[in-house]
Amino acid sequence: MADAKTLTLDGNEAAARMAYLCNEVIAIYPITPSSNMGEWADEWASQGMTNLWGAVPKVIEMQSEGGAAGALHGALTSGALATSFTASQGLLLFIPNLYKLAGELTPFVLHVAARALATHALSIFGDHSDVMACRATGCAMLAANSVQEAQDMALIAEAATLAGRIPVVHFFDGFRTSHEVAKIVAVTPETVRAMIDDAQVGAHRLRALSPEHPVLRGTSQNPDVFFQARERANGFYDVFPGIVQSCMDRFAKLTGRQYRLFEYAGAADAEQVIILMGSGAETADETVEHLQAEGAKVGVLKVRLYRPFDASALLAALPVTARAIAVLDRCKEPGADGEPLYKDIVTALAQAAAVGLRGMPRVVGGRYGLASKEFTPGMVKSVFEALTQPLPPNPFTVGIHDDVTHLSLPWDEGFRSLAARQLQHAVFWGLGADGTVSANKNSIKIVGEATDLQAQGYFVYDSKKSGAVTVSHLRFGQGPIRSTYLVETGMAGFVACHQTVFTERYDLLAHAAPDGVFLLNTPEAPDTVWASLPEAMRQQIVEKRLRFWVIDAYAVAAQAGMGRRINTIMQTCFFAISGILPKDEAIAAIKKAVDKTYGKKSQRLADLNHRAIDMTLEHLHRVEPHAGAGLPAMPTDDRGLARACDVPLPVFVRDVTLPIYQGLGDRLPVSVMPADGTFPVATAQYEKRNIALEIPVWEADLCTQCGKCVFVCPHSAIRARAFAAELASTAPATFKHVPARSKDFPAGTHISYQVAPEDCTGCGDCVEACPIHDKSNVSRRAVNMVPQAPLREAERDNYAFFLSLPEFDRSAVKHGTIPGSMLLDPLFEYSGACAGCGETPYIRLATQLFGDRMLIANATGCSSIYGGNLPTTPYTVNGAGRGPAWSNSLFEDNAEFGLGMRLAADQLMAYARTLVKELAGEVGGDLAEALVTADQREEAGLHEQRRRVAALLDKLAASSHPRAKELSRVAEWLIRRSVWIIGGDGWAYDIGYGGLDHVLALPYDVNILVLDTEVYSNTGGQTSKATPIGAVAKFSAGGKATAKKDLAKLASDYGHDYVASIAYGAKDTQTLRVFHEAESFDGPSLIVAYSPCIAHGVDMLYNQRQQDMAVKTGHWPLFRFDPRLSVAGGNPFKLDSAAPSQPIKAFMESETRFAMLSRSHPEDAERFLAEAQKDADRRFKAYHDLAQGHADTSKPGA
Amino acid sequence: MIDLTTDYLGLKLKNPLVPSASPLSRNLDTALRLEDAGASALVMYSLFEEELAAEDAMLDRFMLHADLGHGEADSYLPDHGTFQGGQERYIEQLRRLKERLSIPVVASLNGVTRSGWLELGKSLQAAGADALELNIYHVAADMTATGESVEARYLDLLFELRQAVSVPIVMKLSPYFSSLPHFAKQLELAGARGLSVFNRFYQPDIDLETRELVHGLHLSSPDEALLRIRWLAILHGRVNLSLAGTGGVHGHEEAMKMLLAGADVVHLCSCLLSRGPEYLGERSLAICGPGWKCMNMSRCVS
Repeated sequence: MADAKTLTLDGNEAAARMAYLCNEVIAIYPITPSSNMGEWADEWASQGMTNLWGAVPKVIEMQSEGGAAGALHGALTSGALATSFTASQGLLLFIPNLYKLAGELTPFVLHVAARALATHALSIFGDHSDVMACRATGCAMLAANSVQEAQDMALIAEAATLAGRIPVVHFFDGFRTSHEVAKIVAVTPETVRAMIDDAQVGAHRLRALSPEHPVLRGTSQNPDVFFQARERANGFYDVFPGIVQSCMDRFAKLTGRQYRLFEYAGAADAEQVIILMGSGAETADETVEHLQAEGAKVGVLKVRLYRPFDASALLAALPVTARAIAVLDRCKEPGADGEPLYKDIVTALAQAAAVGLRGMPRVVGGRYGLASKEFTPGMVKSVFEALTQPLPPNPFTVGIHDDVTHLSLPWDEGFRSLAARQLQHAVFWGLGADGTVSANKNSIKIVGEATDLQAQGYFVYDSKKSGAVTVSHLRFGQGPIRSTYLVETGMAGFVACHQTVFTERYDLLAHAAPDGVFLLNTPEAPDTVWASLPEAMRQQIVEKRLRFWVIDAYAVAAQAGMGRRINTIMQTCFFAISGILPKDEAIAAIKKAVDKTYGKKSQRLADLNHRAIDMTLEHLHRVEPHAGAGLPAMPTDDRGLARACDVPLPVFVRDVTLPIYQGLGDRLPVSVMPADGTFPVATAQYEKRNIALEIPVWEADLCTQCGKCVFVCPHSAIRARAFAAELASTAPATFKHVPARSKDFPAGTHISYQVAPEDCTGCGDCVEACPIHDKSNVSRRAVNMVPQAPLREAERDNYAFFLSLPEFDRSAVKHGTIPGSMLLDPLFEYSGACAGCGETPYIRLATQLFGDRMLIANATGCSSIYGGNLPTTPYTVNGAGRGPAWSNSLFEDNAEFGLGMRLAADQLMAYARTLVKELAGEVGGDLAEALVTADQREEAGLHEQRRRVAALLDKLAASSHPRAKELSRVAEWLIRRSVWIIGGDGWAYDIGYGGLDHVLALPYDVNILVLDTEVYSNTGGQTSKATPIGAVAKFSAGGKATAKKDLAKLASDYGHDYVASIAYGAKDTQTLRVFHEAESFDGPSLIVAYSPCIAHGVDMLYNQRQQDMAVKTGHWPLFRFDPRLSVAGGNPFKLDSAAPSQPIKAFMESETRFAMLSRSHPEDAERFLAEAQKDADRRFKAYHDLAQGHADTSKPGA
Repeated sequence: MIDLTTDYLGLKLKNPLVPSASPLSRNLDTALRLEDAGASALVMYSLFEEELAAEDAMLDRFMLHADLGHGEADSYLPDHGTFQGGQERYIEQLRRLKERLSIPVVASLNGVTRSGWLELGKSLQAAGADALELNIYHVAADMTATGESVEARYLDLLFELRQAVSVPIVMKLSPYFSSLPHFAKQLELAGARGLSVFNRFYQPDIDLETRELVHGLHLSSPDEALLRIRWLAILHGRVNLSLAGTGGVHGHEEAMKMLLAGADVVHLCSCLLSRGPEYLGERSLAICGPGWKCMNMSRCVS
């Protein structure tokens, strides 16, 4: 009866397995944290895996969730079984079709990794605000609380919807369940077969639209019948809970796992009960067990079927003894008198009490766990304690410190449940790119598969994309693991640190349990390592009696021929020390896992890994702690914000930014948080992350002062400054500066190119961009990479001095040249983007040229994450306090959002001008005239206008005119604003294209910067319509079969837009020129900017080389379309790149995204290559003809 | 019927025309066309250990471990289990060629590390290679390395590989060894069964406009045959090794001259790449010079 086979997987995969087997059409759109479900389906389909009926489901990626919903609606109404996966904003875009699907009684399951909705801020993390927004759609809502349940409920939902025709939103908690790796009992295909009734499938087919027996669906109805028709479906809802329960019962017979619509756990005579749904219910269950063991009369009621809401089932499950009930909602409905689940429970209980079915208990509502906020046994206990009070607080929150409205409950952070104490806990600190997470996922699988132990893994990621820190939380144990929260402090019997540098930065051993193990990867020898540790760490090792092990994993990796890949080495150490498995058995299992990963792809890599595993144990050493006598106290971390505390920080940075940076954000009280999501800028400068192993050093004697190194720097970490030589009199001794070579500067002007040593990511792009070679030593350039550590202190001082020098007079700098423009201060600096990012140099350039007047609308994506993910922002201000003002609305509406900014600026400018004219007598006729007629296209004009506005404000301050105050309030809008609409290709080509097209069709003055990485970068490399033919991306595993959309060309067809295609690594002067032309153009400007990305599968050190190749091979032609030229009678189209000088093959072979296809589908690769070449030739001819003034007569595919 | 048979590495070949390592062997169709055109054996394209290492690094970094540590993306390029590494692809192609061709297939290998040469050599034999050609593609640019040490490296390697595999081994040499006959003899003693003279190197060029290095492969020209002819003549009869002439064979004249000079086989590459596999057929016929009745007669002329 019961399925015995176990699987170790995450919630997304668990749900996707069921969905795949039960469906025929899968239309998706990527969104975190649900993207993996669609990716699994795509992978299985590409491997030819079949569904229950022996067919390979059709998996299709759409342009948005709205598009996916529409496609599904079409597929379902035409007789196919169809599904999708989504979350958060994506679910919101599904809502119109969810109403339709429910209204048409369509069997359908939407699997949702529940995630917070963007409100005051975006959050990728889990809560129920998205699913709660669907509760009125008419869809059933079924909650899964764990990875096991994500699988089981997915199947039960599929079975129930076929039986009852109500579409189901099956949801589980984003990240906590979707990304938790756990060992579960697998549902077999036979069980799925037994759960899905083909007769019901047949009935669905019979209802399909068919010309063989046509019907009409989707009518428009009038007041006479709409209402009645709406009520006609009531019976389906009345019986649906029963159908779900019967499916659960059938499932129980097949698997032995019995679920109920409302599931109670705890004392039969419980007096205090918590009601909730989702993963938090498991923590509550674990805590109830503990409290019950201590004699408390407590219980937890887990809600599984939330819609249709079956009050009778609720009442049947809830002990009548319950006197006080707390209903916990993982969402917030501002302005309501309670959250949704609370109100439904209150209503059910009140109705029961009203008819005398039972007495009315006291029911209170609480909020918890928003955006994956931790929900621990200590918090559950505090809720029960609150319920024992005569008047329990209502409403309340738990998990935060609310010092404003005082709704939060205090909780005992030291409380540990009995269940948790019986588990083994392990915590691993790693760098994002060092393979720690994948090694741990692998370890969980090994334990899961090789033992009877239960296993769980949860991974905490960074918001940075370079130098990211990951913390892996693993648990192992005999019984079921219900701890849906992070490993708590003092609980981890095993703590590993895979990067030595973390010993200075983090309190790594806070998690360590007494008598546990601490494993450190360090280059220090076993006999010297103790002295190298910070004093606090040494103390903890001694006090907690930790067994201390060390290995130099990087040395082992190098010796084994593995380069810098340490994951299998550290994994071997874990198994060797932890004793979770017998050592030999563990090593055999690791090798087996290695073979599975590499075997078919590269036996050579598998062999290297085997060698590294074999070498590991002889390099693993136990270190005995010394008492500390005679050892010098190690300095604590002198880096970053911790150090900056010594200098005066802005209050907000000190009180809010700093604790978040230090990992103490959970402790921040409500009062310090901005109520409306508005944060100060200029905060990335305080981070000083020190992630570069090497930094560039300027060789002043060689340098021609071309500025290219500054131009390409993705992190604004190498800068140029011109200044009067005498200002350097107080410079540190090692500060480098030389006379400026350009004759444009006054005599005595010096110039310096200076690195920000603690902000540089070490990508090396500046060195690659440097055109100068030392003739006597060709490998030496005018900037060269050298190890950071020995230089850090001196360069830190040099950089501080550099920054203290004033920006050179902007009016005296040639903004149109690379050396000149690179003297302008960037107002975008030190972002958390990937090292070598191909996007950020464009944004930095825009801020150098126009930053003091920029309004930025930023589409969701990489640029919104490195632009606005707490704790800091790279957007900053100039010496006058001016800089870009930035906001992110949504993914899909960014063009419209930016247009709104333009409309506001224009409207308020017009209003201010009206007032100026009205108050001309007060203001002075000449000033008023100048204010309303000022030419502000160029910076000098803007500068003058600012001066006039200042004069205006002075006059208004002294004026008694009744409208003077009003004018002073809007006077700043007299200064022209430069509106920038920034986003990636996922936005511009796909989800936001409708809006983008509309804005391009209008005449308004906006600058649209499309950072085209040719793939969805932020969500992990899914295909967009910018993806070129033959490129491998998610959902194009066999290579994209169609050509890239020519967005710039399409926009230029309007004729009134300024349009440009640029690639700074190929022609920086054209890029610079385009930014000036776009900004000065009084109308919509579209810049499509080629942006190499790590998703292309190429080292970002070669970012510029790849751009150059893209242009030279015709993959990315450079051009400008300037309507001003046609007004003047000229040809608006200028082709800025020469005829391709290399075959496109050269470019395609140089990037993994193309090259991997020849390793997997060689014939297709050859065919795509030929087509790509043909397409490049066609496009070049078309552009060339346009540049010659001929009409474009070529057509794609011609 | 004229007897064109020849013995190369102990393999009885129906004629001395053997396509050398080139992309033509990457495609089964062109390989079959070569056989149909009269090729008596086929040397596969070279398996470069350095390329394997670079490809493995790419696989490891960009496909299997692309995780940056950011919560939204744990990978970028999809790994759907269809990716095949260079070694695996080479071995599969070798197997396919062996399965479909009736002529001998010589696998060509360029290693970097000792274990690379040995392990890859063994795997190529296991996959069915009739012989191994060791493609000694080495630019001796190290100021501290003596000529002797360069030779010793290859002698040691050959000796070790000889113990590990049983198929005949042919050494494909560059013309830059200072005393080639001596080195050839040493190779014979170390277990080589044949010599192939000479390898052609990729030569970097300089673009005068951009002053950048330009890397490209230029096809050979007929005058390159002269270097081979001289050394084949010097080696012929003085070493107990099969001799292959490679480089510069564009027409029957170069082929005949190399045979006259002592080659057991001549390799063709550039002419086949530029004119197609069927060009070999035309050569096969043209090779029979006036009055020749057999391969041996060609040698007797000298």
